[in-house]
Amino acid sequence: MLSLKAKARVLSALILAVFVGIWYLATLPAATGPQYANPEYAALMGGSTAAKTGGMPSPVAVGSTVIGLLAHPFYDNGPNDKGFGIQLGWSLARVMAGFILACLVAIPLGYAIGMSPLLSLAFNPFIQVLKPISPLAWMPLALYTIKDASMSGIFVIFVCSIWPILVNTAFGVGAVRRDWLNVAATLEVKPLRKAFQVVLPAAAPTILTGMRISMGIAWLVIVAVEMLVGNTGIGYFVWNEWNNLSLTNVIFAVLVIGVVGMLLDLAFGRLQKAVTYVE
Amino acid sequence: MLSETMWSEVSLPNTTPADTSTAARSVAPKKVNPVRGFLKIEGLSKSYVADKPVFADVSFSLDKGEFVCIIGHSGCGKTTILNVLAGLDTATSGYVFMDGREVAGPSLDRGVVFQNHALMPWLTVRQNIAFAAKSRFPDLPAAKINEHVEKFVAMVGLSHAIDKKPSQLSGGMKQRVGIARAFSIQPKMMLLDEPFGALDALTRGTIQDELMGIVRDTHQTVFMITHDVDEAILLSDRILLMTNGTETGNGYKPGGIAEVVVNPLPRERTRATLHHLDGYYELRNHIVDFLVSRAKAQ
Repeated sequence: MLSLKAKARVLSALILAVFVGIWYLATLPAATGPQYANPEYAALMGGSTAAKTGGMPSPVAVGSTVIGLLAHPFYDNGPNDKGFGIQLGWSLARVMAGFILACLVAIPLGYAIGMSPLLSLAFNPFIQVLKPISPLAWMPLALYTIKDASMSGIFVIFVCSIWPILVNTAFGVGAVRRDWLNVAATLEVKPLRKAFQVVLPAAAPTILTGMRISMGIAWLVIVAVEMLVGNTGIGYFVWNEWNNLSLTNVIFAVLVIGVVGMLLDLAFGRLQKAVTYVE
Repeated sequence: MLSETMWSEVSLPNTTPADTSTAARSVAPKKVNPVRGFLKIEGLSKSYVADKPVFADVSFSLDKGEFVCIIGHSGCGKTTILNVLAGLDTATSGYVFMDGREVAGPSLDRGVVFQNHALMPWLTVRQNIAFAAKSRFPDLPAAKINEHVEKFVAMVGLSHAIDKKPSQLSGGMKQRVGIARAFSIQPKMMLLDEPFGALDALTRGTIQDELMGIVRDTHQTVFMITHDVDEAILLSDRILLMTNGTETGNGYKPGGIAEVVVNPLPRERTRATLHHLDGYYELRNHIVDFLVSRAKAQ
């Protein structure tokens, strides 16, 4: 008998096969397209009197594009023609920069809020108002004040990453078991040592959860930001290929975004596991 | 006759002179003699609601090397008293002095064993105790700290589990680590908050024996909360009996220490032979009677 995992793998493969099969069938050259009497009018309408394919590329076309693109991920033929590896690198660099900045602000601030009921109450209204704002809404303000498109993108990532980390850190720090704090108190542990050796390890699983959520959101937002900002990045790649009407490249980029997002989440899952403790 | 001289009833005004002389080590009636000793508690009270203190006018003292248990029902304020002694809580009124100095805040001079061990689950046994030892001896090199840690882990017989995480240990082992941690800072006195409450009877007995041995060897001064009458009789030199605050016909009466019982049994008692000692049953009955009929009513 197959194990549960093996069965799941077989089923996954089956689902993929069915999906690709349907895709293949749906993108078979259409037998009957709209018939135009005038070939010039037909050309104008994007149709042709000859046998035409639908706009959607077939899995075979996407497959060959993927192989082609994967073979040369880092070529650079000027601003409008760069390999997806370079674009991906730009996106990751922006996400990391914004995310790390967010961590640097949100973890200490969240620690202070979690430790102090006064700060918690004082900051709460601001957090509640700022948290639900779509990060892209900050874009015009960022562009106006920072005056640099790429930096504005990083700022937007920073803004969208900060809330889950802040809220989770404050919650995790506030929920540290009284007993551990009492142990630290009776041992006359200095504040900094208490922060790094008692409170942060105790709150680490919650903080990591916040970071994982933030990273997920940041990766969602970066695509939209780069579509707006342009020049570089995987989001720009998608938009550029759309303007080129190269749907195969768009599909490829969508897949890449998904895989990278999954890898990022997996990495944070590992980190989370590393700091989780059993009571 | 035995039962009359065995206990001193501090709070009762009709205490005869004979009683106080035979129970010289117990707390003298308040306002007659000031409390003496290594640890002095004077007129302690704690109220969460104004004019309705949980306990009031709690005064007692501990001599150096003495083992004192406090016994009473839940809610009478035992843990609050212990937390005030530890410096983790503040009293509404009253003072605590240790070694002639007022207790204001937690200190490495008082080791605390917490009710549910309070080990840090992300650290191993070694790291948990090293955390305490480093707090006490910040200038000691790592090798010396490690040596110190191993000594105290061996003291509670857990050398084989020194690199395990608390989650891999049984309840009794965790509590042993908690005890080793408290002793590792070599405090001037120990405060134990019902350390064996969550353990099964067999484990509890073993650890009681271990604790007794360690306390004898180190001549520690110990203040301990317990719910277990036999545990109190086995371990302590004196037993404080505490009443709960109650509503009576003429208004609210706060809780407090109703009686200090001096343990008349020889100090070299063991758990195995405890119940064969003369006077054991009288002592036990007296405490149980107190808990059943006097601790909560009136």
